Amino acid sequence: MWISNALISVLRFLIGVTARWESPPDLSRQRIYFANHTSHMDTLAIIAALPPKARKNVKPVAAADYWGKNRFLSYISQQGLNAVLIERNPEPGVNVLEPIFDVVRDGHSIIIFPEGTRSSQALPGPFKSGLFRLAETFPDVDLVPIYLENLHRSMPKGKHVPLPIICTIRIGDPLPHIAHEEKQVFLERAREAILRLSK
Amino acid sequence: MSLEDKFLWFFFAIACLLALASIIGRVLARRATSDSSVATIENLNQRVNAWWGMVIIFFVSYQLGGNATVVLFAFISLFALREFITLTPTTLGDHNALFSAFFILIPLQYLLIGTHWYSMFTLLIPVYAFLLLPAIAVLSQDTDAFLERTAKIQWGVMICIYCISHAPALLLLDLEGFQGQNALLLFYLVFVVQLSDVLQYVFGKLFGKHKVAPLVSPSKTVEGLVGGGLSATLIGGCMFWMTPFSFWQSLLMSFVIVAMGFLGGLVMSAIKRSLSAKDWGTMIKGHGGMLDRMDSICFAAPIFFHLTRYFFSVT
Repeated sequence: MWISNALISVLRFLIGVTARWESPPDLSRQRIYFANHTSHMDTLAIIAALPPKARKNVKPVAAADYWGKNRFLSYISQQGLNAVLIERNPEPGVNVLEPIFDVVRDGHSIIIFPEGTRSSQALPGPFKSGLFRLAETFPDVDLVPIYLENLHRSMPKGKHVPLPIICTIRIGDPLPHIAHEEKQVFLERAREAILRLSK
Repeated sequence: MSLEDKFLWFFFAIACLLALASIIGRVLARRATSDSSVATIENLNQRVNAWWGMVIIFFVSYQLGGNATVVLFAFISLFALREFITLTPTTLGDHNALFSAFFILIPLQYLLIGTHWYSMFTLLIPVYAFLLLPAIAVLSQDTDAFLERTAKIQWGVMICIYCISHAPALLLLDLEGFQGQNALLLFYLVFVVQLSDVLQYVFGKLFGKHKVAPLVSPSKTVEGLVGGGLSATLIGGCMFWMTPFSFWQSLLMSFVIVAMGFLGGLVMSAIKRSLSAKDWGTMIKGHGGMLDRMDSICFAAPIFFHLTRYFFSVT
């Protein structure tokens, strides 16, 4: 896809986006990547860090209120990034996560930012429950933590131009599966996994 | 010898040296047995391969003309500053100042070289950027560690833009009896600096026993410094045919280049350590980052530029 390739080249030139894997990944398995969220480049940075064959099958989750805001952003997000758009403020009774469930059921890997919004801090804040519901519904899919280093310095919230600062994408090993885990305990464990990668 | 002849001889000699280094590397790689020697030889071969790449880039940029060389150095500055700022803790309040440094100062500084505006080239960063970068940063009203942040950005800009830009600035000098051949002077500078680094590394690996400054840079040894530095000075002296200098002048110039290059390596090492990093980056395989390769040039280029301008310029 030429749009994503062009975007990835620009990103490489500006911020490097080197991937650091905790151990060599098993890319044959379906995966849910979850990361800290600090800039508009995060999704693209993760896609750029993945090996080309893993890129094809991966769909990032993006907020419809931003990435569907105008025709340009919606073209980039859907054609370029292959994103699933979700409503952050749904009408009552609608399951926000339904579009995500659909693509995971179809066998796609996804990228999700469990804080639900960009943060101005390097380290992630508390997670929303979406990740827990995904883990509960799809116990066989690997949950892979990612720490995005320096992206909050390159293009922090409120700034519109990325600075050329070298950013590293630290991709961890999948979270071990623990049956019947409490929601809060699970979410804290997932967050801890990202904190561990940041050290 | 015409300019073209000198140029071709120069690159032919470098290609021969590198070919020799590649062959030696292959032979050593077959002989290496212990883990540490295998690692050292692998690093050596990576370095030699990276040298091939760097020499080819320089060769092509020369073929494309003076402006291409200026653009090449603009990108070197960009990558160097990128490494410097990546390791330097800056905050949100520095965003606009850093934006100006990356996207305004770098193009402007090299545009001034391209348009041969000498006075503005020497003043832009020490005067205008020095005053305006903190002025831009202060608008964000973040006073936490303001002096430290400002000083660090200023240092990065001085080293990565101002100092490095003095290498291609050699192209704008008007030297007696040397018109149109300034590119050779640039190759001379880069060659002597890098040869000195390489020979210090080789002498250090072969004979190194006494460390010069173990707390700053554990790999620099007295034997490497003296052996490598003196032989680079001597070889630099013998390269006088591609400069406006006589043999003795060239010998002195090479000595200054080698000495400044060594000090540059030492100072940049200390900065790296104070930012608790081992290498500036990973851009050039075997060498580390762009700044790991450019650290000696940063210190040697401005001094070489001014000495040459003071003693040999007609204007």
